[in-house]
Amino acid sequence: MIDTTIHDISVDALKAGDRAEFARLVDAYSGPIYRLGLRMLGREQDAEDVLQNTFLQALTHIENFEGRSSLSTWLYRIAANEALMLLRRKRPEVSIDDSDSDDDRDGLSPAEFVDWGALPEEELLSSEGKKALDQAVQNLPETLRMVFILRDIQELSIRDTADALGLSETNVKTRLLRARLNLREQLSAYYGERMNQEKKND
Amino acid sequence: MTESTHTTCESLLGSLSDYIDGELGEELCREIEKHISECENCRIVVDTTRRTVDLVRASNRPDSGLPDDVRDRLFKRLNLDDYLKLPSTK
Repeated sequence: MIDTTIHDISVDALKAGDRAEFARLVDAYSGPIYRLGLRMLGREQDAEDVLQNTFLQALTHIENFEGRSSLSTWLYRIAANEALMLLRRKRPEVSIDDSDSDDDRDGLSPAEFVDWGALPEEELLSSEGKKALDQAVQNLPETLRMVFILRDIQELSIRDTADALGLSETNVKTRLLRARLNLREQLSAYYGERMNQEKKND
Repeated sequence: MTESTHTTCESLLGSLSDYIDGELGEELCREIEKHISECENCRIVVDTTRRTVDLVRASNRPDSGLPDDVRDRLFKRLNLDDYLKLPSTK
């Protein structure tokens, strides 16, 4: 079934060139798309380029939208492509489609076993903790970062993430696991260090 | 991650995301819970991975809106200036 209403936005009106409806679409999705760009590229100016190019593309191609995915997944697909194109221009060695490495299990084995899970949230998400968390996401390899952003930050389903990135669901699951374990390792090192400091200060 | 439970530790990793996301069948959940009650390192990995995902989500909520100047420039670029002053319809 074609998803014709999302946030009560009418695809028919968009296709008919209703600019007020397009403005509503922009307001509904510009926040998440800007943050996707920011998380992926790490710079406000780059995030703004991704944002503008995404909606320019959407405006140009809305008549070709066939409703095989939801409108939001379609927008995320455009945004993900824009972000990856910009990344590749800046760092030509980056590739989102390195499925060769998805099968090997290198880097999956946990190495840090600090039990920081029970620390209170206000400590974990102090301004310093938040910075460490943001940095840890930035440190993820690009191929894992995009999957992680769509699935765990934008909270798309596995299927929608796969659809937006043109990957199989199995690939998305593998990359998501790698991303989560990678972040866990980084945070374990960070919070482990902080727990040690606190012990010393006691 | 003990030598004697190596296979189970490894198979746990394969099911970890589905377990955290609540997408694993009851039987497999029970197996994992039994394993982590006996394997401290795996319990830590499960707890801290779940916490990692929760923290990232918590730190990204509320999904704050677009900075005003970024919204202004976006609407102008899209020739939507006429709608710039309308309240957001989120």
